[in-house]
Amino acid sequence: MSSNTPNATELLAKTQQELNALIAEGNRPNPLMVGIHTGGAWLAEHLYNELSIDSPLGSLDISFHRDDFDQSGLNPKVQPSNLPCSTEGRHIFLVDDVIMTGRTIRAAMNELFDYGRPASITLIALLDLQQRELPVQADIVGGTLSISPDQTVKLTGPAPLALEIRNRSED
Amino acid sequence: MFEQTDPSQVQLTPNGELKHFITTEHLSREILTEILDTADSFVDMSAKQVKKVPLLRGKTVVNLFFEASTRTLSTFELAAKRLSADVLNLNISTSSTSKGETLKDTLMTLHAMHSDMFVVRHSSSGAAHFIAEHVTPDVAVINAGDGRHAHPTQAMLDMLTIRQAKGEFAPLSVAIVGDILHSRVARSQIHALRTLGVTDIRVIAPNTLLPSHIESLGVKVYTNMQQGIKDVDVVMMLRLQKERMNSALLPSESEFYRLYGLTMDKLALAKPDAIVMHPGPINRGVEIASSVADCERSLILDQVTNGIAVRMAVMSMAMSGQAKSRPILTGEEL
Repeated sequence: MSSNTPNATELLAKTQQELNALIAEGNRPNPLMVGIHTGGAWLAEHLYNELSIDSPLGSLDISFHRDDFDQSGLNPKVQPSNLPCSTEGRHIFLVDDVIMTGRTIRAAMNELFDYGRPASITLIALLDLQQRELPVQADIVGGTLSISPDQTVKLTGPAPLALEIRNRSED
Repeated sequence: MFEQTDPSQVQLTPNGELKHFITTEHLSREILTEILDTADSFVDMSAKQVKKVPLLRGKTVVNLFFEASTRTLSTFELAAKRLSADVLNLNISTSSTSKGETLKDTLMTLHAMHSDMFVVRHSSSGAAHFIAEHVTPDVAVINAGDGRHAHPTQAMLDMLTIRQAKGEFAPLSVAIVGDILHSRVARSQIHALRTLGVTDIRVIAPNTLLPSHIESLGVKVYTNMQQGIKDVDVVMMLRLQKERMNSALLPSESEFYRLYGLTMDKLALAKPDAIVMHPGPINRGVEIASSVADCERSLILDQVTNGIAVRMAVMSMAMSGQAKSRPILTGEEL
């Protein structure tokens, strides 16, 4: 583990704080929180437990919506997506651990629309690696980090949450 | 019959991933479980407003049916459409082969139209395998029933239905009842059940409807239904394949029903929570009593629903295996 590995607990605290502030504004009533498998679902659970949201927590596995099927094929461990209710007319809090290229978020938004037409989607991420390939931005982010192209960042969990910088060759 | 080698080599990529689906025989428990797990995720899709995923978007799936079928064809068509593929249904029995074109020429023509997947039903055993091995190895081939040989997607949807109802496979006693001789479904079921860990598999049929050496598949043979069905967890009925019966193998349908038809009286000998399955179409009053077919222990309609999910799983897995074994074209090559 390298010395510049961000502290997940600090990032989580900052994310939670910003989320509380956003909810206090009152523009996103009765939100539906949805975490993206696997890291995003863990993070969503942490955030959800600190909030008083009426709707149950949802989760998405975006494997069936990925844009690299022709190159990588099917993910062998597809988890069923679990949305407790329709997204029709709802304010969605979409949660992922790390945002990098934006492709996962595009796939997740496509899948969310299969469950209905949301009123809004707010993107929440613990860490932004700033290597965007699509015009997708997080509304709330715990922190940013620059890594070299041969590195990735992995969230371990579900509790406690911790971040690890890995070399791609180790994956 | 077509000449062929070991199907397990044809079905898998060098990395052991599925690229064709010809038979449940020789496939590992891991692959069969992966099919069931993937199908489970597709079953959950029915909760969505848009019952579609983009996995096979831009791919062309050709349903090549050399033999009549309604439910298998329609569930394959629906499965392909829910994966966002473009689907072409060809009923070859009434088409070019009757004009004298060979199977190979028909396939090469479709290949030239840049098809990505063939779903094949044929009355000759080994037809799908022959196509996958010799004609179009770079097109994913899914066997939708070949002669008396195999009907692997039917067997896998049965396995999914059993797993949903019973959970574990190993402790189960399973009876397969009826026309075993003509049934490609029974063969595929037996292979899948054994691979998934069922040790007590029973086949129940009159001697005239039993293939020779069926015991070599690892099943117990019963010609008396009352004995065979005792204390089983799962009763899998087969359709009496009248269209395949060239000789007088049965005295009469009513005689068959009296001895091997599934009635409430006979079902009472199985475990109290035993489930009843049938691949359809059902012949009421021939293999199964209406009261049994419509009772709450009958999972016949769940089988149909699961059929779509299993076919989606197999199609996406085979396309995934094909995609990985193809070179990626860059802009310049395109």
